[in-house]
Amino acid sequence: MELKEKKALQAFAVKIRMAALDAIHSIGSGHIGGAMSIADVLAVLYGREMNVNPADPKWADRDKLVVSKGHAGPSVYGTLALKGYFPYEELKTLNRGGTRLPSHCDRNKTPGIDVTTGSLGQGTSQAAGLALGDKLKGRKNRVFLIVGDGEANEGQCWEAFMFASAKKLGNLVVLIDWNKRQLDGYSDEVLPMGDFVAKMEAFGFDTVKVDGSDVEAIAAALENTRKGGDKPYAIVLDTVKGHGIADVENTEMNHSMPVNDERYAKWTAELKAELAELEG
Amino acid sequence: MKIVYNGEMDPRLCKEVLGATIADIVDNDPDTIFLDADLMSCSGTLKWAKKNPERAIDCGIAEANMAGVAAGLAVAGFKPIIHSFGPFASRRCYDQIFLSGGYGKNDITVIGTDPGVTATMNGGTHMPFEDVALYNVLPHSTVIDVSDPTCLISVLKQCVNRPGIKYIRVGRKLLARVYEDGSELPIGKAVTLREGTDAVVFAAGVMLHEAMQAAASLEKQGISVAVVDCFTIKPIDADAVAAWAEKTGAVVVAENANRHGGLYDTVLEVLGERCPVPAACVAIEDEFGEVGTQSYLQERFGLTAAHIEEQVKAVVARKK
Repeated sequence: MELKEKKALQAFAVKIRMAALDAIHSIGSGHIGGAMSIADVLAVLYGREMNVNPADPKWADRDKLVVSKGHAGPSVYGTLALKGYFPYEELKTLNRGGTRLPSHCDRNKTPGIDVTTGSLGQGTSQAAGLALGDKLKGRKNRVFLIVGDGEANEGQCWEAFMFASAKKLGNLVVLIDWNKRQLDGYSDEVLPMGDFVAKMEAFGFDTVKVDGSDVEAIAAALENTRKGGDKPYAIVLDTVKGHGIADVENTEMNHSMPVNDERYAKWTAELKAELAELEG
Repeated sequence: MKIVYNGEMDPRLCKEVLGATIADIVDNDPDTIFLDADLMSCSGTLKWAKKNPERAIDCGIAEANMAGVAAGLAVAGFKPIIHSFGPFASRRCYDQIFLSGGYGKNDITVIGTDPGVTATMNGGTHMPFEDVALYNVLPHSTVIDVSDPTCLISVLKQCVNRPGIKYIRVGRKLLARVYEDGSELPIGKAVTLREGTDAVVFAAGVMLHEAMQAAASLEKQGISVAVVDCFTIKPIDADAVAAWAEKTGAVVVAENANRHGGLYDTVLEVLGERCPVPAACVAIEDEFGEVGTQSYLQERFGLTAAHIEEQVKAVVARKK
């Protein structure tokens, strides 16, 4: 990847973080940890890999994204706003009565959201069904599925993974956000999930692990999934919960945090400085 | 539509009718797809499915995933039909049907076989008395308790093209023949099988036959009882319920399900709001299931014509 493209993707990821922060700050608190940890993969998906058309969000042949860890909504909405699916200012309606941007992703409310999620585990089966349906309809698209590592506690995920492998869904790409923390603290203390790479391989996935903050590594792993075939793909993203905002990263219980004016000003300034460096 | 009830069984096994109808629907509508959870042998679809592996998907013993996959197929533009035994088609995958299906506006037709006492030898673990209640409280749902094989064919074809979550509960064995072959039974319209003046029995599923037997017996005793087929539990035919309650002034509900949250409660809502009259039910008195033959279980749980007769006499006596 050329340095210019890499910097552009990194800048996009910073903008996604800023947008998610704008949204969460507007309502005072939100699921910031898990929103930050997937900002880089969202930047690569929407900045490079996915074939979508913001002017026609329901285009049948588009690539689809299922964010099964639906509480990461704010960073997905940030991404969609930056891509032009809806006005950026709308981010500040997050979780307000009547909003199109609820805490958890809802395909019937938000332009660009492909599948309704939020009850953990449920996006996985829907993604498998969507990938199967697209394949049966003869579409050439792919379905990307973001699953949280804590979410993988849910047995339904593993039913869905068995199914995807059995039905040879080579058009399905599972991205596991291995950020090592869940609501009650460190995953190794709540319910250790062991080796995700070994697990996904055992479940029949073409699996790779990458640094989930390295846009170049993510891009390479995603590029490899373009070839399709008879096996679904798994990319284990080695991430840090809260990544990109030091104070959030360093807060152990960062699943959901208040974002007051003081924090917002400090964190936004840090992100702006990072962006200026990338775009400078 | 023509009523041909004479107390005899329809010679067709519901399982065979179910399998043939699913095959007919999927073979003739490229947007439909069938999913089962390792019970294709029981839904009468296995032979057909083996020849149509792309549109007849065996999901294995993983009902929650099957429900979610169905929702995903709906997102992709399909009209999925899924099957399992009643408890697994309701309790086991309820959250997935509720959220991935209903809340996500992904329309799914759910078939739950062996409802209530028809689960016989599979016993309490496989005997859903609560499936009706669960599906009744799922917003915008349709809930059907099939009255005979002709009804099954008609409602299944309608459900596939109906929005929302549609739950059809049906046994796999024989049911008394009620309707002439080829009859169409519009969802939401109750059917009066027998007129009467002293009381009305609203019944569904296997209890329809019991209600008709009870009405015939009561007629000999000088009590005139109407019998109404409420195969559509939701949306209930409130006009028919209110009209018959008004006309007869006494109501009995007969259902092969828990008395809480099913047809009885649904009818009571209508009566309470539109026509309060004495009412009683013949239903499962808030119990779990157990093993036995269907006749043993009907006796054990009080789901017989004799119990309906008793309840009719009781509500008639309470009339002012």
